[in-house]
Amino acid sequence: MENALNKQAVSDDLMILNMGPQHPSTHGVIRFVITGDGEVMQRAVPHVGYLHRGIEKLAEGLPYPSFVPFTDRVDYLAAMFANHGYAMAVERLLGIEVPRRAEYLRVIVSELNRIASHLIGVGAMAMDIGAFTPFLHGIREREKLNDIIEELCGARLTYNYIRVGGVSFDFPQGLDAKIRAFLDTFEPLMEEFDRLITVNEILVKRCANVAVIDAETAKSYGLVGPNLRGSGVDWDLRRDLPYSAYPDFEFNVCLGRGFRGTLGDAYDRFIVRVQEMQESVKIIRQALDGLPEGEIKGKLPRKLKPAKGEAYGAVESARGELGYHVISDGTDKPYRVKIRAGSFNATSIVEHASRGLMIADLVVLIASLDVIAPEIDR
Amino acid sequence: MHFDEIVARLRERFGDLVGEADEPDPARPSLLPGVFVRADSVTDVCRFLHDEPAMAFEHLSCITGTDFKDSIHLAYVMTSYVHRQVIALKVKLDRDDPSIRTVEEIWATANWNEREIYDLLGVYFEGHSDLRRLLMPDDWVGHPLRKDYQEQPDYHEIPTTRENPLGKY
Amino acid sequence: MGDFFEYLKSQWSFAQEHPALAFFLLVVGYGIVMIGFFSAFAGPVTWVERRVAGRMQCRIGPNRVGPHGFLQWLADGLKNFLKEDLIPNAADKILFRIAVYPVFAGVFLTFVVLPLGPWIVGADLSVGVVYLLAVTALVVTGIIMSGWASNSKWSLLGGIRSAAQMVSYEVAAGMALLTAIIPAGSLSFQDIIEHQGGWPWQWLVVYSPATFLAFFVYFTASLAEGNRTPFDLPEAESELVAGYNTEYSGMRFLFFAFAEWANLYVIGAVITAVFLGGWRIPGVDIATQTNNIWLQFAGAAIFLTKASVLVFVTIWLRWTLPRLRVDQLMLMCWKYFVPFGIGLVVLSLFWQVLAAAVPTWVTSAISVLLTLAGAALVAGMFWRAWYNIRAGKDAPVYTWLI
Repeated sequence: MENALNKQAVSDDLMILNMGPQHPSTHGVIRFVITGDGEVMQRAVPHVGYLHRGIEKLAEGLPYPSFVPFTDRVDYLAAMFANHGYAMAVERLLGIEVPRRAEYLRVIVSELNRIASHLIGVGAMAMDIGAFTPFLHGIREREKLNDIIEELCGARLTYNYIRVGGVSFDFPQGLDAKIRAFLDTFEPLMEEFDRLITVNEILVKRCANVAVIDAETAKSYGLVGPNLRGSGVDWDLRRDLPYSAYPDFEFNVCLGRGFRGTLGDAYDRFIVRVQEMQESVKIIRQALDGLPEGEIKGKLPRKLKPAKGEAYGAVESARGELGYHVISDGTDKPYRVKIRAGSFNATSIVEHASRGLMIADLVVLIASLDVIAPEIDR
Repeated sequence: MHFDEIVARLRERFGDLVGEADEPDPARPSLLPGVFVRADSVTDVCRFLHDEPAMAFEHLSCITGTDFKDSIHLAYVMTSYVHRQVIALKVKLDRDDPSIRTVEEIWATANWNEREIYDLLGVYFEGHSDLRRLLMPDDWVGHPLRKDYQEQPDYHEIPTTRENPLGKY
Repeated sequence: MGDFFEYLKSQWSFAQEHPALAFFLLVVGYGIVMIGFFSAFAGPVTWVERRVAGRMQCRIGPNRVGPHGFLQWLADGLKNFLKEDLIPNAADKILFRIAVYPVFAGVFLTFVVLPLGPWIVGADLSVGVVYLLAVTALVVTGIIMSGWASNSKWSLLGGIRSAAQMVSYEVAAGMALLTAIIPAGSLSFQDIIEHQGGWPWQWLVVYSPATFLAFFVYFTASLAEGNRTPFDLPEAESELVAGYNTEYSGMRFLFFAFAEWANLYVIGAVITAVFLGGWRIPGVDIATQTNNIWLQFAGAAIFLTKASVLVFVTIWLRWTLPRLRVDQLMLMCWKYFVPFGIGLVVLSLFWQVLAAAVPTWVTSAISVLLTLAGAALVAGMFWRAWYNIRAGKDAPVYTWLI
């Protein structure tokens, strides 16, 4: 295929440019083979698999609870969701109830993690457009979140916090107040962030009307999460297929509206992420206010042996629907675990969406899709 | 629309192309409901599920390929945005020569999902526009997600296994 | 330099006996002093840039080598000298090696005409401005050479971007300089500076609306010529890895970086000389300043201060703004800056005719008004920055956006 591409390029006087696997803005080890006429690309073909660790195969040899730490590695920027999706699928397979307090804790940590992940997402997008400072402002806030989560579960990146049947630790004393203090400082800082970059005219010029993905294409390519909502499709698993404690909370689903250009352009996806952080803040406040007392772990048998069956647990991760299709054959190990991740679809649309863009726009497209390599390859 | 009704509609439309459907389990209400169809009818059924307004499964969440030792099952997990529902459409394939029509024309995302299954399970998708390995290198031997998969001892003279460094202590 | 030599001749018998040798020694000595001085300027600028960036980005920046990390640039330089000078196997080795010299020379040759005082100047060329534009064009050659010789597509793209960008923005920069040269009536930097006064309302930037606008055009265009953000496309690290200097390492890479930071000073110095009164001391006339060596040094200090403020502004911009896209960059130059620059030249010409016709107090009043406008602009910028720093908590949300 590579050779075929080369031949075609030579005959058309086009240039083949290899972007990645080591490139500052591919966000991990992904490779894009760009066919282009100088700066203007004809198309960019993604080549993935550099981070393929065979997590799905590993799952087949591990007891159900032992697989949870591996799920952290599916999405290291938002590992809570990866834990949560797997735990949910196994709980559905076992048919057990999770205590309310555990569900609330799951929501709180998930939303904290969503803020952390989106901070990286929008910051990295600004960085790819050339503004380095907003990224580090995002990192600064994320550090505080990492500290909070570290205090809760002892890990800063791969949490292994949400387990089958509940969560691993209850809130330590005083963490509630710390989270509230963080939220109080975070909201004004988001406004500062907006003034710094979100309404910056150069950023708007770089993102608006660039890499437009219309709603039909987005649905067809299975885009999920902020990318789907950026194209104006009103779909959020938290609201539409409610799970965990989400039905208890009031929040808006942020949609792209063609804020400064066309509906579904890179700027819409950027804005949707910025707004979602504010919605997450709302959810966390509500969850902290209504946090019920009680157990944090459901009653589980010593050895998890779900009966034969299939379950699909999907959560609205920072990168959209993160689903685990777990197939049980009645033993204590899953027969098959299929992980459905948002970045996988987001990468697959690059070839379609990159036609006719410039190299600088491809960088914007990849950043606006908020692709993360381990989720693609698993 | 309830899953039973979907199955009923499918049976009404496709007759005996539709196979057995999952029975609801009262102890486990949130299992993924699935229905088997004949492999050669998969594009028609998917087209029906996608286009029919009462179903409108516009979102193909994923395609799960599983090696069941006697056969390979594909499960098309699909979501309906309008009706807020997730179901699985399943097909059973011959393990020695698994082959099925692609559903790429219905959901563009099937392109990569099918490439992944071709890569990891060796299922051939007829009519696929770009059937190459996705995750493994192009010259990899074997399909790792098959249950009887044996890794080659080396890949381009790089050993694929190594001694356990803790073994000698 | 010539005046200084005459002065030396009157003081120093050796210079009377061997004037040619003495003049040669003087020129070489000045060259060594200047290169040493500006090397010592470019180095700390890297330190300033990194510290300022650190402050802006809520981190510390280099603070280990020397007090507050001030000697970091020496450590970096030493490290780069010790590194292997890698040359890619497939590179055009000769071009790859010599590509750094035009870049280095292009920047450092400008120091010949950039004055620090009436006598402290390499050569007061009568075509100083043209000379400056000519030698800075050398930089483009070097960058294209490095981009091509690296035999890497990323480098090539960077080199080509750089060529397009620098050549285009030289036109806009030239127009803006021309606007300011018309009232001064000379291409020599010394004449331009002598035409201005020490006080801000005597500077060329506020001489007429045309020069006022030309100041901004020139500043922007020279940022683009110097490959600084928001115009750092040739080395856009998130797009082109590192652009034309991707394949360079060690000392040669250091030369590129060195030229870039020395160029920061050139940007500031040209603007200072042409628009901001150069080395003139407020309230001191030229004859007094020329005849007193200490006043000359004071003038040099004033010159460097103004240039350093401008260098700081470029650093500030770099760590605040995102980057333009290459087509937007060219569009901005050819569709806006160049026509606008031509308009400014024409306006400047008309202004000359007009200024000759009206009484002097009218032009002076306009200068004062423009000075006030400029001061208001600077004050507004500081107020805005202060507001962003301190008042973030009570600031309004951008409700129209949501």
